[in-house]
Amino acid sequence: MAEKLLVEAVNDALHVEMERDASILVLGEDVGKLGGVFRATAGLQERFGADRCFDTPLAEAGILGTAVGLCMAGWRPVVEMQYDAFSYPALDQLINHVGRYRWRTRGAMSFPLTIRMPYGGGVRAPELHDDSPETYYVHTPGVKVAIPSTPADAKGLLAAAIRDPDPVVVLEPKLHYRTAKQEVPEGEHVVPLGEARLAREGTDVTLIAYGAMIPLAERAADALEGEASCEVLDLRSLKPLDEDALLASVSKTGRAVVVQEAPRVAGFAAEVAAVLAEKAIFDLQGPVLRVTGYDVPYPYWQIEDAYMPSVERVVDAARRLLAA
Amino acid sequence: MSQVLPAEGGLRRVIGDGESLPDGEVEGLGDAELLALYRDLVLLRTYDERSVVYHRQGRIGTYAIFWNHEAMQAGAAFALEERDWIFPSYRESAIGLVRGMPASTVLSWWRGHPAGWWNPEDSNVASICVPIGTHVPHAVGFAWGSKLKGEDRVAIAFFGDGATSEGAFHEGATFAGVTKAPAILFCNNNQWAISTPLAEQTAAPTLADKAIGYGMPGLRVDGCDVLAVYEATRDAVERARAGEGPTFIEAVTYRSAPHATADDPSIYIDPERVEEARESECVGRYERYLVRAGVLTEETIESVKNEALELMRAGIAEAEAEPPADPGLVFEHAYADPPATLADDLAELRRILGG
Repeated sequence: MAEKLLVEAVNDALHVEMERDASILVLGEDVGKLGGVFRATAGLQERFGADRCFDTPLAEAGILGTAVGLCMAGWRPVVEMQYDAFSYPALDQLINHVGRYRWRTRGAMSFPLTIRMPYGGGVRAPELHDDSPETYYVHTPGVKVAIPSTPADAKGLLAAAIRDPDPVVVLEPKLHYRTAKQEVPEGEHVVPLGEARLAREGTDVTLIAYGAMIPLAERAADALEGEASCEVLDLRSLKPLDEDALLASVSKTGRAVVVQEAPRVAGFAAEVAAVLAEKAIFDLQGPVLRVTGYDVPYPYWQIEDAYMPSVERVVDAARRLLAA
Repeated sequence: MSQVLPAEGGLRRVIGDGESLPDGEVEGLGDAELLALYRDLVLLRTYDERSVVYHRQGRIGTYAIFWNHEAMQAGAAFALEERDWIFPSYRESAIGLVRGMPASTVLSWWRGHPAGWWNPEDSNVASICVPIGTHVPHAVGFAWGSKLKGEDRVAIAFFGDGATSEGAFHEGATFAGVTKAPAILFCNNNQWAISTPLAEQTAAPTLADKAIGYGMPGLRVDGCDVLAVYEATRDAVERARAGEGPTFIEAVTYRSAPHATADDPSIYIDPERVEEARESECVGRYERYLVRAGVLTEETIESVKNEALELMRAGIAEAEAEPPADPGLVFEHAYADPPATLADDLAELRRILGG
C-alpha cells in the first residue's frame, strides 16, 4: 500500500475503474488535457484516449443531460462538476430526469451514472466555491449520495458509486484534497454504499458527521479527552443511510451531536435528528444537538471561519449535552 | 443539402393546392411508401381525435392535443430506420404508434396507469418528456454515445417553438455541434407556447436562424406538408449518417387546437386565423395530393380510416381492461438497488391498507 493524498486516491479510483470497465467515460469541464482544476482526472485522457475522457462545453445541465443519453446508449458516465455551487444548473436534469428515468421505464433501463464534485468551504475562495450542497441531492428520489472523509474511502466510495446500478453523487471534501494523507489499498478497492465507519470509539457522546467535518469532529474529541469519551461516526453514505450503525452508537452513548457545514434548516443533520427521534428517543439522555453552518449565504472568506462549524462549537455542544 | 450559413428562409414545400400551386414529388417514394405514410398520418389523426373524445368521456386524463401536427411526426419518423431513436415531448406522445407501439400503451399513459410507461428499447422511442426541451441533451448524448460505440444510429428530438428559449435546448444544441452528434433537432413551430405567441418568445427572425450559432444547418419546412417534412428529415439523416453532424429543422405550422384539453384558447387566439389553418390541415392536404396523383381512392381512404378507428376501439378497451395498479408499485423501479427504508415504508403502508 502506498500513501496517497485524498485527490490522488480519487484519481487512482478513476484509473482502476476505467481499466476494469471499458464502458466508463469521464466527462466534464477541463477534465481532459488539464486533468481537472484539482487534477482529480489527471492522466486519464493520456491513458484512455480522448474518446473516454473528454472536455465538455461549459454547460453543467448539458453535461448531465448528455450523460443521461450516454447511459441510454450503453455507457457508464462519470461526470465532474467543477465546483459544488457550479452544479446547480444541473439540478434541473438531476431532479427531472436522472432520479426519475429508471422509474419512468418501469425499471427496464438503468442510469448508472456518477456525479462527482469537490465541495465545502474553508479554502479562502471566491463566492460560490464553498458550498455544501448535499441536501439538494439527498432530497432527490432515485439518487444516492456518498461523501468520503479519508483517502481510502474517497477511492472505495467512488469505485462503489461507479459500479452502482443507480445514479450516485459523490461529494469530495476539497479542503482535504491535499491535507488528508493515508495508506490507500492498491488496485480494486470498494467501500460499499450504506455502511458508516466508526472513526473513533467512545462511551459518552456520539459526534455524527461526514466529509470535511470528520477531521473537525476528531479534533473536538481530542479536545474533550479526559472530560468525556467521544465516539465519532463517519456516515460516509447519506443515502442509503446506515441507520443500524447510527442507532447502535447512540444507544450506547445516549447523546448525539450532528455536525454539518451546510446551512441548518432542513439540512442533513435534521434528517439524522429525525431518525434518532423516531427510532432512538428512549435511548437518549438529552436533546439531539446540531452544529451547522448558518442560514445565510456562505460569507466573505475573510470571515468564513465564523460561519464554519468549529472545534469550539462542537465542544460547546457536547458539554451542554453532558451537563444536561 | 444546405450549408450552415445561412439558415433557410422560405419553407420547403412539395404538396401543391391542386390549382395554381403545382404538386411536386419526392424521389424514391413509390406508391407503397406514399400509402404507408398516409396510414401513419391517419393513425395519428385518429389517435388524437379519439383521445379528445375519451377525455370528454372521462376515460383519459388531461391530454395534450396534437391535431395538425401529424405531418411533422409521421413525416420525420418515416425518414428514420427502426434502429434510430425518437425522443418525444408530450406533443408526440403517440409517435410510437408508427413503430407498432400498442395504442393501449399510450392511452394508459394518459390514464395515469403504469401500463403506459413503456420500455424505450422495445421500439426505440424514449420516454415522453414533460419538462420543456430537457430531452434535447438526452437525444444528443444518445447520438454521440452511439457514434462513440461505432453504431450507425441517429437520434431525433421533437420539441416546440417555446422550447428553443430553454437553456436545455441551447446546451443540447451546443453539445450536438461540438461533438458532431448524429442528431436531429426537430422543432414543431406551431407559433404558440400555450398562450404566448412566437413574437413574444423570440426576437430571432426565424427559429432556423438559431442553428447558425451552434454550427449546424437550419432547414425550414412547411409543417403541414408531410412530404416536405419527410424529405428535409431524410436530408438530415443522410448528413448524420455521413458523419457531418446534427441538423436543426424548423417545421412551421399553426396551432389550430387547444394546447391541451385543459386550455381555453378563446381567451388569447384569433379564431379566424385558426379557421384558416384548419382549412389547410395536413391530413386532408396529403389525402387530396394522393387522390390527384391517382394513388389513393375513396375506397382506400375509407378502409384506412376504419382500420385506425378499429385500432383505437381495441386500444381503449385494452387500456380500460388493465387491472388496477398495485399501490406497492409506488416503491418499485426508482432504484435498481433501493435503500432499505423503502421496504419498511411499503410494509407499513400494507399494514395500514390491510393488504
